[in-house]
Amino acid sequence: MLLVAENISFGFPEKPVLRDVSLSVRRGEIISLLGPNGSGKTTLLKTLLGLYRLDKGQVLFEGRAISSLHRMALARSIAYVPQIHRASFAYSVIDVVLMGRIPHKTFFSRFSPRDMEIAEAALDKLSILHLRDRPYTRISGGERQLTLIARAMTQGAHTFIMDEPANGLDYGNQIKLLEGLIDLCDEGYTFIKSTHFPDHALWVADRVIMLKEGRIIADGPPDDVITSENLFELYGREVDIHSLRESFKVCIPRKIGKCRCLHTH
Amino acid sequence: MKKNIWIPCLVFLLVFIILLSLTLGKYEITLGEIFEYLAAASGASSMDEGKYALLSNILLDIRLPRIIAAALIGSALSVSGAAFQAMFINPLVSPGLLGVLAGASFGAALGMIVSSSWFAVQAGAFLCGFLAVLIAVGIARIYHGDRLLMLILGGIISGALFTSLLSIVKYVADPYNQLPAIVYWLMGGLSLADGKTVLYVSFPICAGILCLLLFSRFLNILSMGDDEAKSLGINVTRIRMTLIFFATLISALTVVIGGLISWVGLIIPHVARMLVGPDNRILMPVAALIGAVYLIAVDDLARLLFTVEIPLGIVTSLMGIPFFILVLKNARKGWA
Repeated sequence: MLLVAENISFGFPEKPVLRDVSLSVRRGEIISLLGPNGSGKTTLLKTLLGLYRLDKGQVLFEGRAISSLHRMALARSIAYVPQIHRASFAYSVIDVVLMGRIPHKTFFSRFSPRDMEIAEAALDKLSILHLRDRPYTRISGGERQLTLIARAMTQGAHTFIMDEPANGLDYGNQIKLLEGLIDLCDEGYTFIKSTHFPDHALWVADRVIMLKEGRIIADGPPDDVITSENLFELYGREVDIHSLRESFKVCIPRKIGKCRCLHTH
Repeated sequence: MKKNIWIPCLVFLLVFIILLSLTLGKYEITLGEIFEYLAAASGASSMDEGKYALLSNILLDIRLPRIIAAALIGSALSVSGAAFQAMFINPLVSPGLLGVLAGASFGAALGMIVSSSWFAVQAGAFLCGFLAVLIAVGIARIYHGDRLLMLILGGIISGALFTSLLSIVKYVADPYNQLPAIVYWLMGGLSLADGKTVLYVSFPICAGILCLLLFSRFLNILSMGDDEAKSLGINVTRIRMTLIFFATLISALTVVIGGLISWVGLIIPHVARMLVGPDNRILMPVAALIGAVYLIAVDDLARLLFTVEIPLGIVTSLMGIPFFILVLKNARKGWA
C-alpha cells in the first residue's frame, strides 16, 4: 500500500470535518473523490498530505507515519496540486515550476542548469513550454492548473494529490487534463483527485470514494460505486447511469433527460 | 538574465550618490578634494595639515556616518518591507505590520523620560520593538485559524497597545524639554547619528539584511500560501519566524539610529518590483540597493533644501505619498 489513512478524525469539537475515515491507495491508481460542497474533500486531501495534526488516527505513507517523515523527503514523493488560486505576485511560469526543485536543494545551493532542464521538460510534456516566461497571473485558469501540474512533476513526486483539477477549465482543457492523467498513470504515477463530475470519475478513475458529511459512504470501482442510489444520497438529485458501450457509462440527470425527450418527440 | 544588470548599475549609483553626498553641505568640498584627501590618507601624497584635519572632521566624523546611517536604514526598511509583502502575500504591508515600529517608538520615548542617557533611548527602542513583535506573535498563537490573518491581527493589537502607551509617555513627559525631544525623535532624522552608534549598529543590520537575502528563494514559496509551501517541503513556521526575527531586528535598529522613518519600507519594494518583477531572489537585493540610494538622496534634501534641516521622516512621508500613487498606477505589472 502506498498511502493509507487509518480511522482519521479531524475538525473542531462542535463541528467535525472528517469522522473516522479509512482508505488505502495502491500505486498507479487514479482515485476520484466525490462529495457535495462542504463534505470534507479538501480537508481529506490535505490530511493525506500530512498538512494537519490529526485528532485521531494516522496517515501512513509507504508504511510509515506521515507525521514522522521529513517534509523535504515527503515533498519528493507526494505533490499537491491545489485548486486554482488567485496568485498575488506575477512570478513567471518557469519560476513557479522551478519551486518544485526546492525539495532537492540544500539551504545554500542554487538552481542548476539541470533543475532548469527538468522544469522545462515538465512544461514541454504538458505542451505549455511556450508559456515559460509568461507571468503566472496572466495565463488562463487551465494553463495555471497545468503549470501547477508541471511543478508537481518537477518535484519528482509520483503521487499527486489534486483538489478539483478540472474546476474552472473549459471543456477542451478538462478533456486534455483527463487524457494527461491517463498518460501519466500509465507511466506509474498515482493520482488522488477530488471532482464534482461523476462522469469524470466514470471515465478515468480506477476507484471512486464518496464522502458525505466527513464520512466515507462508498469506496470501490466506479461501476459499483457510481449508482443512481449513491448519487441521490450524495447530491439529492435523481441521476440515471446509462451504458453506452460495454464498460463505458455516462450519467444523465433523470428530470432533464425526460424533459429533453418530450421536446424532441 | 538582463534583470541582473540592475545590480551592478545600482551599486554604481550607490557609490556615486555616496561620493556626491560627501561633497554636499554647508562647507563645500569638491570631488577633487575628496580624492586628494583619500590619497593623503593612504599616504600616497601629502596635504596641508590644517586642511587635512578639517576634511577629516567633516568627512569622517560628520558626513560619512550620516550617509552610512541613511544607507543602512533605507536598505533595512526596504528589505524587511519586501520580505513582509511576500510573506504575508500582500503587496500593501510595510515593516511596521507586526508592531515593531510602534514598540520601538514607545521604547525610545520611555528611555527619554526615565533617563538622560542616550544609550537608554537606544536600548529602549530596540527592546520594545522586539517586545511588540513578541506580543503580536503571542496573540496570534492563542487562536486557531489562518496563521497569516492571526499574525496581522496580533500586529494590529500590539501596535495599538504601544501607540497608546506612547501617548501615556507623552502625556506624563515634561512639556518643556522631554516632550519636544520625543516629538522630534518620532519625526525621524539623522542629525543625531554619531559615528560610534552607526558603527556598532551597522554589524547587526548588515548581518540581518544578508540573512533576509539568503532566504529570498523561500519567500517566493511562502507567497504561494502555507499549504503549498508545506507540500513543497518547507517548514513554514520555522522559516516564517526566522524571517520575522531578522526583519524585526533590522527594523528596530533603524529606529535606534534614526527614529521613525515611514513609507520607505512600503514604496521601495514596489519600485524594485517595477524594475525587476516579483521574483524575490532578485527583488530583495535590488530593493536593498534602491532603498539605500533613495534614503541617502532624501536625507540630502532634508539637510540642504532649507537653511534649517527638515526631519527626514517628514520628507519621506511627503515624497512617499505622490510616489505611492504613481507606483500603484504602474504596479499591476508586478502583482495583478
